[in-house]
Amino acid sequence: MRLSVKSATLLTLLAFVVVAPLFFPSSFYYRVGALIFVNGLAVTGMVILTGWAGQISLGHAGFAGIGAYACALAPEHLGLHPALAVLLGAVISAVLAWLVGRPILRLKGYYLGVASLGFGILVSMVLNNERDLTRGPDGIDVADLGLRGLLKDAGLDLSNGQFWYFFCGFSLMLGAWFALNIFNSPTGRALRALHGSEIAARTVGIDVPRLKLQAFVISAVYASVAGSLLALQNKFITPDVAGFMHSVEMVTMAVLGGVSSVIGAIFGAAVLTLLPQVLTVFAEYEQLVLGLIMVLVMIFLREGVVPSFLRKFRGNEA
Amino acid sequence: MSELLQFLLSGVTVGAVYALVALGFTIIYNASDVVNFAQGEFVMLGGMITFFLHAAGAPLPLAAVIAILATAAIGVAMNKLTIEPARGAPVVSLVIITIGVSILIRGAAQLIFDKQIHTYPAFSGDDPIHILGATILPQSLWVILGAVAVFIGLWLFFTRTLLGRAVLATSNNRLAAQLVGINTTFVMTLSFALSAGIGALAGVLVTPITMVSYDVGLALALKGFAAAMLGGMGNPKGALVGGLVLGLLEGLTAGYLSSQYKDAAAFIVILAVLFFMPQGLFGRKSTDRV
Repeated sequence: MRLSVKSATLLTLLAFVVVAPLFFPSSFYYRVGALIFVNGLAVTGMVILTGWAGQISLGHAGFAGIGAYACALAPEHLGLHPALAVLLGAVISAVLAWLVGRPILRLKGYYLGVASLGFGILVSMVLNNERDLTRGPDGIDVADLGLRGLLKDAGLDLSNGQFWYFFCGFSLMLGAWFALNIFNSPTGRALRALHGSEIAARTVGIDVPRLKLQAFVISAVYASVAGSLLALQNKFITPDVAGFMHSVEMVTMAVLGGVSSVIGAIFGAAVLTLLPQVLTVFAEYEQLVLGLIMVLVMIFLREGVVPSFLRKFRGNEA
Repeated sequence: MSELLQFLLSGVTVGAVYALVALGFTIIYNASDVVNFAQGEFVMLGGMITFFLHAAGAPLPLAAVIAILATAAIGVAMNKLTIEPARGAPVVSLVIITIGVSILIRGAAQLIFDKQIHTYPAFSGDDPIHILGATILPQSLWVILGAVAVFIGLWLFFTRTLLGRAVLATSNNRLAAQLVGINTTFVMTLSFALSAGIGALAGVLVTPITMVSYDVGLALALKGFAAAMLGGMGNPKGALVGGLVLGLLEGLTAGYLSSQYKDAAAFIVILAVLFFMPQGLFGRKSTDRV
């Protein structure tokens, strides 16, 4: 019996989330794991937008910034509970993505790239410059989510690292489940048709602009929630979360691991999140090695690491 | 009035640098359909190499020439080692390759050179020239004249020489160019050398004004990319106009509105232009083959 892609992906994630902690030599690894899951959530959105719908965005960190700063600002200024702030950030991101996406998704390829880049830069500039509200480049404190306290009262006492590890792992599985449901739905098939050829998709009756916009909005919500989770677990956030390099990082993670496959993209997120931790020993060489890996993977494993290896693996079957 | 002139002059100086970077994007894009995000690193290399050679005792003109040639060689190496092997890869992969190369060059520069901010003396002194109540540094004139010279030189090269026409033919239709006996591999090598050399020249000229450190490339690459897209990717005239418009917008926004939001004005205008002209100001209308 062969598992469907959906079950295989979710089982792999579940196994990883549960089994990995058995091998953690110290509590620090819970934190790295939680970071991997947060980044994995953001790149799952990129899979929908770039991998399936075939649209490029160099500005998605802007949405992560909105999600993160919603968690920093809404509890303080609006008196919202942080959990509702996550929701508020997601709604703002979705509305903004809808407004921005309508004009810019008419653009193609590099033109879409520069337009989304412009959007991301505008967001990060507002976060950097509106000091009265955001405290500028130095960053801002974020309220506690409070869920860990609730769990403790219920008799489940987790350390901070453990709590965020399992919470983010669970969120990622939820996000992956949702994405894979889209993949198998008529919308998912229409998205992939659009990636193959926009004109062909239109001739079979697919509403191309609406579909692109849907993919853009959904991926923006993923980025926003990931930004929120990052802010909440660090209890602190700086405008770097919305910076150009973070946008590039999201695209790179997705493409490196395999942008058309959820598990591939998450693998890419894991590798690029672990890399700086491993390279701290040779801090000066970090950029050099990172650049080298990006170039080599893209030349030799064009579809991304996971799809390329899967193909080799199944080579004899087909 | 003199205030406006002052903002315009500083805008043109910055715009000339953006135009040179945008031109680098254009040349490589025409030869290979690749948008090279490492373009900003060439500017950085031009400034850094010149500084270190000058500091080691080489006269400034010699240091500048060596820097430009060395950067051109790095551009050629980049093409041979990363772009040619990835021929036919999807656009996103190529973008990531060039971003990877730019991170790699930045990492290497930080190791080989250092993390300090450097500058060297202006070519013709630091006494500002007064024009109608506004002032301009002699070095700004060097930057503007350098950009003008590069554009005239390239225009002559593309329209008057066989090699330049071969480059144009390749950008029009690579396969057809190969069929009439044009060595398209050499055209690509040449394009990377030219782009890197022009980027390095921009770095050599502008360093006495803006100074240089290993991490200046990224911002320049983004601005140059934006300028090239504003003008319409693939069109040298578009690169020139896009660069100047971007520089002037920044100069005027910084002067009259807010220096913090000078980048915002530029990107809002780009979004607006792309909204009405999805191919940029001078871009060709593209049609999809079904």
